[in-house]
Amino acid sequence: MKEFGRYLLFLQSLVVRRETFITYYRLVIEECMQIGVKSISLFVLVSTFMGAVTTVQTAFNLVTPLVARYVIAQVVREMTVLELAPTIMAIIFAGKIGSSMAGGIGTMRITEQIDALEVMGINSSSYLVLPKIIASMIMYPMLVIFAGVCSIFGGYLVGTLTGILTPTEFIQGLRSLFNEFTITFALIKSFVFAFLIGSISCFKGYYTQGGALEVGIASTEAVTSSVIAVLLADYFLANLLL
Amino acid sequence: MIKIKNISKSFNGKSVLHSISGEFDKGKTNLIIGASGTGKSVLLKCIVGLSQPDTGNAFYDLRNFTEADKEVKSEIRREIGMLFQGSALFDSKNVEENVMFPLNVLTKMPPDEKLDRVNFCLKRVGLENVNKKMASEISGGMKKRVGIARAIVNNPNYLFCDEPNSGLDPQTSILIDELIHEITHEFNITTLVVTHDMNSVLGIGEKIMFLYKGDKLWEGSNDDITHSGVKELDDFVFINKVMKGLKGK
Repeated sequence: MKEFGRYLLFLQSLVVRRETFITYYRLVIEECMQIGVKSISLFVLVSTFMGAVTTVQTAFNLVTPLVARYVIAQVVREMTVLELAPTIMAIIFAGKIGSSMAGGIGTMRITEQIDALEVMGINSSSYLVLPKIIASMIMYPMLVIFAGVCSIFGGYLVGTLTGILTPTEFIQGLRSLFNEFTITFALIKSFVFAFLIGSISCFKGYYTQGGALEVGIASTEAVTSSVIAVLLADYFLANLLL
Repeated sequence: MIKIKNISKSFNGKSVLHSISGEFDKGKTNLIIGASGTGKSVLLKCIVGLSQPDTGNAFYDLRNFTEADKEVKSEIRREIGMLFQGSALFDSKNVEENVMFPLNVLTKMPPDEKLDRVNFCLKRVGLENVNKKMASEISGGMKKRVGIARAIVNNPNYLFCDEPNSGLDPQTSILIDELIHEITHEFNITTLVVTHDMNSVLGIGEKIMFLYKGDKLWEGSNDDITHSGVKELDDFVFINKVMKGLKGK
């Protein structure tokens, strides 16, 4: 509870004594480049294979001829949009970007760079952390959309090239019983997850004490705590919105 | 002028500073000296506000910094330059960007003027043609110089240096000391240096405060330090053969 209280105070500190808009604008653009460009190849790789594997495994489980084959594409779509793209990618995002944020800020803490900012009269938490959270909340939903497209494309490629189903069946499955709210739900989840991963990772890094070993520990804790928070939020959002 | 009054600090019930009071003069190189673990850096952090003292106050030209609200603290901090023990340069930025950083964040100076000011400060600390080098590519001595340039770029009224000689060879240490001393006089800054280096103490210490186990035991200048009559200070000063020889004379 004490840690949670400290986290809330940390969040409060992000919005007091802010710098100018132009300062944040520049920092957010820089962070967007870091977060987006650095993650895109991993997201493409993981999501494409996820879609492909989902297609193969769904086909393997649909043994009855009473179920039409286009259902495979429908399952791929639903799994991708509801869970694989926003949630599984959030775990990868926490591992790649969250640990990098915690490590970077933790290193700045132990090398007195954060003290240097404070001495200059700059609110270090707001200056360093707020742009990272905003950039995460801008870039992660985009990455989720991208991952969704790649996942469905991966499923299409494997499904059609291996003869599991025809291109027409796949497209039919994608369009069958489509509920637009699932997209909205996925985007709401991605905003929440991006905020949680960004803020928790920076929080862990910001309060690092000690040396290089502690920076490593902070990075690990950032990933662990972020993943737990994402999974809890996933459950609550599903209960709340579906 | 910086004045401190009854500053005490403890960590987890262990008292580190016991009611320290004193004054640090404008235009002078003021030193806080003492062995490792005596609370020098803690006192410095209490004075600049990186750590909140349990009791006591720090006054910057009669402005109570310790009890000021965040806005006033922020204003006073903009008049402060600080050189950190490990230089604390921003890894992701080059030398020029590091020195320009306070100007970018704290002022609305036009870009050309900022660059002129950065080049002036780098020249003043003896660094030229290194603007585009990354902080990680330069030596420890150069990092300290860049740190000093960054500390003075915004024309501070107060300059703090935490162990400016740590990790440097004796020759570079003296050069850094002399640089700090010259800058203090040139720009009429209140400079406060935390050190345990005797070369610094004897070379640039115009006003010295000696801390021993969290207490202030002595205050004076480098002319008086060798005949203070304080046993703990004598033990600190006359630790090596050269200094013992000096005492004999």
